[in-house]
Amino acid sequence: MAQAIRMALHYAEEHLGVTDIFGEDVGPPLGGVFTVTQGLKTAWNSPLDERGIIGVAMGLAMAGQRPVAEIQFCDYIYNTIDLLKMAGNTCWTTDGDWNLPMVVKTPVGSGIRGSVYHSHSFDATATHIPGWKIVMPSTPLDAYGLMVSACQDENPVMFLEPKALLRVKGEEPIPGEPTDERTLSKMIDAPLGDRSKWKPEWPALQPYAVPIGKAKVVREGDALSVVSYGRTLPLCVRAAAELAEAGIHAEVIDLRSLWPYDWEAIRASVEKTGKVLFVNEDTEVTNFGEHLLRRTVEDLFYQLEAAPRLLAGKFIPGIGLADALELASVPQLGDITEAIRTLAAAQP
Amino acid sequence: MSERGPNRPRPQLVRAEAGALSLDRELLVRMHALMVKARVLEERLIQMYKAGHGYFWIGGPGEEAFSVPLGLLMKKGQGPAFDYLHGHYRQAGTLLALGEEPLGALRQMKNTASDPYSGGRNFAGHFTKRAWNIAPITSPIEVQYVIAPGTAMAQKRFGGDGITIVTGGDAGTAEGDFASCLVWSSRPGNELPILIIVTHNQWGISTAASTQQGPKSIADRGKAFGMRTASVDGNDAVSSYLALQDAFAYVRSERKPFVLEAMVSRLYGHSSASGANFVPGEVDCIASFEELLEKKGILSRAAMDQVRERWTKEIGELARQVRDEPLPGPESIWRNVYKEKP
Repeated sequence: MAQAIRMALHYAEEHLGVTDIFGEDVGPPLGGVFTVTQGLKTAWNSPLDERGIIGVAMGLAMAGQRPVAEIQFCDYIYNTIDLLKMAGNTCWTTDGDWNLPMVVKTPVGSGIRGSVYHSHSFDATATHIPGWKIVMPSTPLDAYGLMVSACQDENPVMFLEPKALLRVKGEEPIPGEPTDERTLSKMIDAPLGDRSKWKPEWPALQPYAVPIGKAKVVREGDALSVVSYGRTLPLCVRAAAELAEAGIHAEVIDLRSLWPYDWEAIRASVEKTGKVLFVNEDTEVTNFGEHLLRRTVEDLFYQLEAAPRLLAGKFIPGIGLADALELASVPQLGDITEAIRTLAAAQP
Repeated sequence: MSERGPNRPRPQLVRAEAGALSLDRELLVRMHALMVKARVLEERLIQMYKAGHGYFWIGGPGEEAFSVPLGLLMKKGQGPAFDYLHGHYRQAGTLLALGEEPLGALRQMKNTASDPYSGGRNFAGHFTKRAWNIAPITSPIEVQYVIAPGTAMAQKRFGGDGITIVTGGDAGTAEGDFASCLVWSSRPGNELPILIIVTHNQWGISTAASTQQGPKSIADRGKAFGMRTASVDGNDAVSSYLALQDAFAYVRSERKPFVLEAMVSRLYGHSSASGANFVPGEVDCIASFEELLEKKGILSRAAMDQVRERWTKEIGELARQVRDEPLPGPESIWRNVYKEKP
């Protein structure tokens, strides 16, 4: 997925007018702590100053540039919250005088044993900030397509990168990438050691965009609907595959966009299955899944055959380092399988 | 002025020689007219607040000697070839000097649907005008300092002589955003064409600057970043014009940052939250400018009175017009959450 985002950013700086890809350690020699921005011609290193990063992105967008700003881990985005609020309200507050075409990307979530300050999620907080569009892919192809859409948007877009999936290989190729992964790696991954003379050899990438606001049914089923995004999405797919062998056929929806989100996709699925489980790993109190759950109750109550459920992260101050602590703090495969099994068995 | 703190060290100020008016007569007359216009506008806004024709007032009476020359020296237009202003909520004088008419400010005060800056959504003094590179003025103080380097960066890239100007008050320089501005404007090899201005009125609402910040001069903070700096008596219109002219010329030609601190008055307190009543004991920049103009034979007392009468009448009529204009409808809350197609 890291390569997919990198290729989307390359495509965006070549074809979509992206002028600045910046943040701490984003430019050479490192190219991002997850290698997402290696070899990009407009990538540069910024001071270690998150408020500066967001503020400068806003200023660049005001002056007709198209910035993609990175906050190295979403755990460090919190001191920019009023600037994020302002980026989100600028168009509204000025009654349309200004708009800010800018992208903020930041790795989110658990899965790398990142302990207290490299494991948090941001989807619950991001969806509390109106005026932004918020996307979160779970596959490399969607990461590519959503980043392309983000870089075409006339409004601020928050691109949440599930860090546990950044090293995942996609089942569907990025249009234009070589089929052999070693060939691709040789072309666009920076070498170890001295990189001062290295230049990437970009594949001839094709335009491909995933529209913001469109979910995807990734597995069809009729027993219940499972709605997720980011790290937990592939776990939901695995759980559904396991349970299918036991005769429980869950439908799995990858939301992909958190705002605006594809209510029609959720509605159509829940009307078919009568049961729904929302899964994400942000802390469960005032969680985005709670909003989806509320809307399900309000709009689809009489179509429901069981109480809708939310499986989310525990409401605790952090995610601890030790294996057992992380595993107990955020939903894992077993938790999801169990939640699906329980909901599927619920009787009206 | 013991209320400002007894031991407040004063920075050394750039002060124009009183005897030699280095600006030509036409400019002085124009500056005077705009300063009075800005003051009359602010006093009318305060009146509207007190009469119940607005919920809140905040503005810049007392800063006209500085805010007007600032507007006169800006290169007005849209895009990186022109100057960007990231102002704060005491900036009416600058907007009027750029050629803005007072009607919009009155409409924003009355939060009418016709308010050109926010459609009735935002407080008085919260200007925006993309067509002139006026970035939206917001209530959180000092955030503009961390946004401004972005437009300056685009201008450095663009070439030409357009610059970015950012202004804020002294109290807010305690925020990290001011330090961010200094850092981002002076990255080695990436110095930005940005004029960093602090209008220093020695107050943060009710808190005296002398009780919170140690440095003798805020401008001096720029020195640690290798920036040119100056402090000016912002109550002196001629000195302000000259100091700004010098700073503009440096930033335009050198494409490097400059910190300018202007010592100004706050004639009606922080905002309507503190009553918006005239504060005795502060220097009134218009009174002292008029004294100078009269003494030098630039304008007679009668001519200056006429200027004030003219604006009082015209702005009063505009205020009456605005009073009966419709307010925004409830359905308008959904407008422009995202950019809408024209």
